Amino acid sequence: MSQTATPESTTTNVPAAAAAARQASSRAGSAGIPAVRPEPAATSASKPDLGPVTFAKALNTALADALEADPAVVMFGEDIGTLGGVFRITDGLTARFGRSRCFDTPLAESGIVGMAVGMAMNGMRPVIEMQFDAFAYPAFEQIASHVAKMHNRSRGRLKMPMVIRIPYAGGIGGVEHHCDSSESYYAHTPGLKVFVPATVADGYRMLREAIDSDDPVMFMEPKKLYFSKEKVDLEALRAEYEAGTSRTEGRAVVARAGTDATLIAYGPSVPVALAAAEAAAAEGRSIEVVDVRTIVPFDDETVCASVRKTGRAVVVAETPGFASVASEIVARVQERCFHSLAAPVLRVTGFDVPFPAPKLEHYFLPSVDRILDAVDDLQWED
Amino acid sequence: MTQAASSAGPVRPGIPAARPDAAAQAFGITPEDYMLPTRGQIQIIDEQGRVRPVAEQGTAPGHEYPLPEGPELLAAYERLVVGRRVNDQNSALVRQGRMAVYPSSHGQEACQVAAALCLREDDWLFPTYRDSVAVMTKGVDPVEAMTIFRGDWHGGYDPTRHKVGIQCTPLTTQLLHAVGVAHAAKLRGEDTVVLAMCGDGATSEGDFHEALNFAAVFQLPVVFFVQNNGYAISVPLSAQSAAPSLAHKAVGYGMAGERVDGNDLVALLAVLDRGVELARNGSGPLLVEAHTYRIQAHTNADDATRYREDAEVQAWLAKDPVTRMRAYLREGGLLDDAAEERIAAAAEATAATLRAGMNAEATIDPQDLFRYVYTTPTPQLVEQSVRLADELSREEDTK
Repeated sequence: MSQTATPESTTTNVPAAAAAARQASSRAGSAGIPAVRPEPAATSASKPDLGPVTFAKALNTALADALEADPAVVMFGEDIGTLGGVFRITDGLTARFGRSRCFDTPLAESGIVGMAVGMAMNGMRPVIEMQFDAFAYPAFEQIASHVAKMHNRSRGRLKMPMVIRIPYAGGIGGVEHHCDSSESYYAHTPGLKVFVPATVADGYRMLREAIDSDDPVMFMEPKKLYFSKEKVDLEALRAEYEAGTSRTEGRAVVARAGTDATLIAYGPSVPVALAAAEAAAAEGRSIEVVDVRTIVPFDDETVCASVRKTGRAVVVAETPGFASVASEIVARVQERCFHSLAAPVLRVTGFDVPFPAPKLEHYFLPSVDRILDAVDDLQWED
Repeated sequence: MTQAASSAGPVRPGIPAARPDAAAQAFGITPEDYMLPTRGQIQIIDEQGRVRPVAEQGTAPGHEYPLPEGPELLAAYERLVVGRRVNDQNSALVRQGRMAVYPSSHGQEACQVAAALCLREDDWLFPTYRDSVAVMTKGVDPVEAMTIFRGDWHGGYDPTRHKVGIQCTPLTTQLLHAVGVAHAAKLRGEDTVVLAMCGDGATSEGDFHEALNFAAVFQLPVVFFVQNNGYAISVPLSAQSAAPSLAHKAVGYGMAGERVDGNDLVALLAVLDRGVELARNGSGPLLVEAHTYRIQAHTNADDATRYREDAEVQAWLAKDPVTRMRAYLREGGLLDDAAEERIAAAAEATAATLRAGMNAEATIDPQDLFRYVYTTPTPQLVEQSVRLADELSREEDTK
């Protein structure tokens, strides 16, 4: 077990993350799903995009670029064709690439995933959409018993190059069954990779990578970030991706550098952690924020290097904490960094309750104050 | 539908191209009559092996089935005899402790053989755990096919080599994989047909419904082949479904359904050959229900006397697909002593291969645990594999 930490991948993207944090702090309304108002994503790939780009647009561009790059890529799901998806992430793709590349299916999640398994067996790279996190549960048997196991069962003869895109998590005032943090189920299932982007640029990079992966990827899209904006050059992102210089798989990233404590977060919790770090700075504490990016494979090195440096850590995640990805991260850090720790590693997660109704969700979600309280509890000497 | 009918490709006379409506029109019947199964089972040879009069074969206008040619039938009989021998050899190997479990298709071999023989080499077959004989009939090496039951890996053959999905244990999940394989082929303009197998109990599963619906909505070349052997493990069909027949479920999805005597190899080949042809030529998916019987218990772990009477088993033994087919071929002069000897020798050779393969000590490598989880092992798996190797080397040191 290597205890050295010289992660080649550690970079900072503070301005982008700060923008996401600002976006996150202005909550969407609490009147149900339409509270997140989709903005039309442009589909023309020809003109350079230099202005603020939404997370949704970055994902849409990644999908279009993947369809362009490989004729084996095919997309299907519920309402993703004519409508462009309930969040418009596939907007314009059917018009541009035709119904054989991006199409609607009957409303049957197991059917969508099972058909994708067969397509992957027969030379395609399906990228499928589950309309919402909790609506993916009818497909759980296909995911856990086939998507995850086909490569293993066939001794590597069959590959499952497929991506299951899931709009997930809360913070949008969504109604019941629309806000689950389901990443722990998938992370617990060997054979699946689990990607959770937290920034607009990573949305593009990680989706391209997921589609090009020969392993199945659960691609968790934080709904509350869909219409957050960053100044991102999509042309540059595309060029970087094609040059292979922007890989994210198994590479956590230091989203904000600091020296006193580490906040470890992913997806929807990254902007909250960054906002907490900003607030802590005003109180004179220098907080580092590590964005995990891919839960599976997990980047122990980058996470542990940060914790060894700061000696204190809090894991932040929306998921109910019991038996969750947050628990796993705490365990891994304590196993590897025990002698560098000045305090037990703490968690700020959702409570162990069903995702609450819109008017109660702010009590449930990790907040800046709750994170700062946890940081205060890290046994400071002063 | 004239547009669809006029776009007919190169097809056998009487076989229309494109969608059920066009098929119905070409057969001169209504779409409902095309999709609804005939009033009874299609049966071409009776239980004594005699050809039934055409009027008594259970056919209807647009549901006519020509008798397959002699050489096709003789070749199928050989596979039938080999299949029976495989079933009985494997059951013996389980009793001898050489295999963990074997769900035998004894009594259902006509279905097993026909399901594979109706397909071309580049067509796909999606079998269940009970369909080992179909898997071997499609060309998979018998010992590789049995790896799953010997217990050294979950799947022993390369699915892409003979276009055979790995035998599926969860019920009907494989029907959706069949739909996906067919969909990919259709998108690429290939004329692949996929045959997907399941049992009567499995038709209650949600994935059965989703697979048939997807196949019909996307007009995919899939033949769903249900072996109705009367029981889920112990639960009879009457407690499973209130439909007039399982084949009748087809019309609800907008596809053609047919019922066939599942112990009549001649009728099975006739019905499946035509079904595959229709699917290949764009008439959409089909559902074929074969009435048969599992002579043995569900597996060696099951006790069939707890849920069925011996008299019922005896009645089905009298309809045995092997003796019936043999009587028919002998009577018609298609099977002579020399051919019987040759076929018996082929069956024995397969049994000997199975005995040798199952009695050989399987070489297992504990590092295989980590090898195929991902195309490239994650750092965490690398770490765990090193830990296991270390643990094993320490055990080796203390020996």
